[in-house]
Amino acid sequence: MRTIDQTTEEVLDLAAKHFKVPRESLSASDDFFKKLGIDSLQALEMLTRLEHHFDIELPDYEMQGVSDFRTLATRIQSRL
Amino acid sequence: MNSFTGTTLSWSLQESTVELELHRPPANEIGSEMLAELEQFIAALDGLAQNASAVIVHSSLPASFSAGADLRELYHASLPLDAAARLTGVREFLHRIHAVLNALDDTPLTTIAAVHGVCFGGGFELALACDLIIADKMARFCFPELRLGLIPGFGGIPRLRRDLGNAVVRDLLLTGRSMNAQKASSVGLVSQLAAEGEALRVARATAAQVAKFDRATSAAAKRFLKPIPHEELRREIDLFCELFTRAAVMEGLRKFAESSDALPYLP
Repeated sequence: MRTIDQTTEEVLDLAAKHFKVPRESLSASDDFFKKLGIDSLQALEMLTRLEHHFDIELPDYEMQGVSDFRTLATRIQSRL
Repeated sequence: MNSFTGTTLSWSLQESTVELELHRPPANEIGSEMLAELEQFIAALDGLAQNASAVIVHSSLPASFSAGADLRELYHASLPLDAAARLTGVREFLHRIHAVLNALDDTPLTTIAAVHGVCFGGGFELALACDLIIADKMARFCFPELRLGLIPGFGGIPRLRRDLGNAVVRDLLLTGRSMNAQKASSVGLVSQLAAEGEALRVARATAAQVAKFDRATSAAAKRFLKPIPHEELRREIDLFCELFTRAAVMEGLRKFAESSDALPYLP
């Protein structure tokens, strides 16, 4: 079973790969909307990729109040 | 008319398949212009059906099949009107889109929605009017209408109830959450999953298969298998109109219209 740190790392890796930004430019406390400059359609795309990667379902409303990678990872962790 | 190129959509007859391509940026929102062109498509469909076995509905926009009704247009068109006039306008639009989707639902051709990206609200309802939904793995399905104080108004509830168990219908409607294509396939909403970007190719292969069968037999089987829930569809329009008169709806639409994001009601 993944630790929260592992989950966070995987989220960061996935975001860097998908949005084609250097992995080292992202950190767990970054606001992913602002850092990646993404809109709702791109956020949904990321959500789908996260669901596939972690083999979970993550309803959109779980993103309420979530803007940084670490908090997103905790929402994912609760579904593993 | 075997082919047509419009502002929001185009169609062409490719061997025995009619391909209806949606291409209204940013996300194939269904407003008055697309409705008018869909009506043209339906008017041409009987003629096209003489030489076709299947219809594929798909989008050439990268991020979406369709994000649903053009709520910005609805808001701005409603703003200068009094409540009675707004309701009349909405009811008229609903009757027209229902006529389009009922005709698509009822055509003797086998209809296939090739879905990628966002398939939300009215876009989801367009897909549900088709016989088969083929989705790539990045597709997402959603009825977000409760977020705006509304219910789906283009026939989504009766068609979803026709196809799926009530528990799944309740999940989609009452939570307003989006569901990925894999989950949609597991509950029976999506007939076939395709790799990212491959839904149209898979749909074409399926249409080619369908073309091998006797047309009259396929049409008879479809009529037997797939009743159109006319009474429920009429009741859905009535309920939508009743909800539309609430002040909270215009406020929700205002917030939507003031955002530049394609899906500002998320999450």
